[in-house]
Amino acid sequence: MTGDVKAIEVVKLSKIYGSGNTEIIAMNDVTFSLEKGEVTGLLGPSGAGKSTLLTAIGLINPPSSGTILINGQTVMTGSVAHVNLRAFRRKHMGYVFQKANLIPFLTAVENVQLACEINDIPAKEARKKAAELLGYLGVADRMKNLPHMLSGGQQQRVAVARALANNPNLILADEPTAALDSVRGRQVMELFAKIAHEQGASVLVVTHDHRSLDVFDRILEMEDGILTERTH
Amino acid sequence: MNLAIRDIRHNWARFVLTSIGIGLLLMIVMGMGGIYQGLVDDAVLLINKIDADLWIVQHETRGPFAEISKVPLNLEDRLRSVPGVQSSRSFVSHTIQREHNGKPIRIVVQGLSWPDDKGEWLPLISGRNLGSAHYEMVADKLLGLNLGERIKLGKDYYTVVGVTSGMVSQSGDGLGFFSVRDALNIQFEVSGESVRLERQARKSRVLSQDIGNIQPALVERAQSVSSELPGLARPMVSAVLVKLKSGADIETAVSIISGWKDVTVYTADQQKEFLLKGTVDRARRQLGLFSALLVVISAIIMALIIYTLTLDKIHDIAMLKLIGARNSVILGLILQQSLLLGAIGYILAYYLGTILFPKFPRRVLVTSEGMLYLAIIVLMISIISSALGVWKAMKIQPNEVLS
Repeated sequence: MTGDVKAIEVVKLSKIYGSGNTEIIAMNDVTFSLEKGEVTGLLGPSGAGKSTLLTAIGLINPPSSGTILINGQTVMTGSVAHVNLRAFRRKHMGYVFQKANLIPFLTAVENVQLACEINDIPAKEARKKAAELLGYLGVADRMKNLPHMLSGGQQQRVAVARALANNPNLILADEPTAALDSVRGRQVMELFAKIAHEQGASVLVVTHDHRSLDVFDRILEMEDGILTERTH
Repeated sequence: MNLAIRDIRHNWARFVLTSIGIGLLLMIVMGMGGIYQGLVDDAVLLINKIDADLWIVQHETRGPFAEISKVPLNLEDRLRSVPGVQSSRSFVSHTIQREHNGKPIRIVVQGLSWPDDKGEWLPLISGRNLGSAHYEMVADKLLGLNLGERIKLGKDYYTVVGVTSGMVSQSGDGLGFFSVRDALNIQFEVSGESVRLERQARKSRVLSQDIGNIQPALVERAQSVSSELPGLARPMVSAVLVKLKSGADIETAVSIISGWKDVTVYTADQQKEFLLKGTVDRARRQLGLFSALLVVISAIIMALIIYTLTLDKIHDIAMLKLIGARNSVILGLILQQSLLLGAIGYILAYYLGTILFPKFPRRVLVTSEGMLYLAIIVLMISIISSALGVWKAMKIQPNEVLS
């Protein structure tokens, strides 16, 4: 599953909030890389800096210093972007959060279709692809339901389908199973592993759920802004 | 995918209620414009309908609408001798307030120069024009008089032989058309006792002179009917209207009549100007300013509505930005909803106005030109009011999806 070019490469990434007496180092010289087709778990206590790292490499919360390379391309140096971030996110990244964050006035299939259309896929084709993704994730029978008519697990599956709409190189998931029961939580984790292995995407999952650690190819741990790698 | 339509579909009840609110607001804007237009139209209505080229009024006055004017009846004959004049007719205009069937009634009495002018130019909705020199009237429907109904004005009864529509004065009162003689009788009618007292006064004045004592016949003559006395002036009319022959030079006619020292001549356009810049000017400007104010208020209210609708979608917009949606997608969502609100409000305002405006006491004139202006105003309001929402949407950061 590995290739020459890393899915993501992070070099000496730091994030500092405030200054002087109020300075907080949320992330301290973090350096790591993820291979394509690899599913990685990111563990750590609350306030360790996991979400800060995830949002920094997700290009929605710029770091204070350090470099982010995605697919071999330098995307950010410190808080300076070298690419159009929104366009880059559209093309290369997929996101899944604790809450599904589905658009409430769109049906399940429309939520996914919209993500396809944003990636310049024509409406008809986008609809077809959205239906296929929902089928792949096992919620084809709920595709015409609005989000409030779906269970938490179903909503999260639709959110995963949306994250896959642009065939991303990198999927970032921030505690995607926190709102789910253990069975559904496990299903979602297995889904990430399946996506990573079958579609070659690199998946980074921030989680507190220690029952699903076996699905990860790698496990990273973070504490007080410092990243370490745990061996199985 | 049209996000605006899908959002509306999802929150249709809120959208319908908002549209009704916008519609009512735009109906008021349309109504104010209509009242303004109605006021202007009413002011010049009679001048337009009466179809006179020149208005000859009392010297150095701006009558008969802007101020009182009195000219002698025989001015009609003098004017016929002016080169280029096809016809001349007397015109009387004054307002009365009487009681009819126990209710007050205000009539703007218009005297038509019978038999030259029988009111053929009146927009009748029922009945006929004046058919005799006396005791007939054509009433506007605003007066509430029915065809064939009789109304007592002074000592005489007048029968409604025709009913017009939309013939009102600049103050909004309905017009009543009579022969000039009847109009003067209604204006100058006095009681029998007053006539007797006036005759007695005349007798006393003659007797107080030497000639009265030596000529008893003169005393007897002084007590007779006033119209038979050559020494007493005949009643005056408000103006005399002139219609020129086809191809006649209006400047020549005006130049000749202007040379007469007892009258002043105005063209129909000058008469309209007196009304628009004189009597109705303040009301017109007030309504105009109020309409402008309403447009601004509508824009502010719509902007706040669009802004609130945008605030409701902050999380969704942040998500759209996160997954890479272009600004055009977000802008389209806000702008399309704003335009749709404006369009539905406009249509609703039109239909509500069509139902409600005819029930208003004064004319609310909604012209196709006015509707076009309103459509442009609504379009501009929709675009401008969405600017606040767009500004807010553009400021939303994708990381707000995590909040």
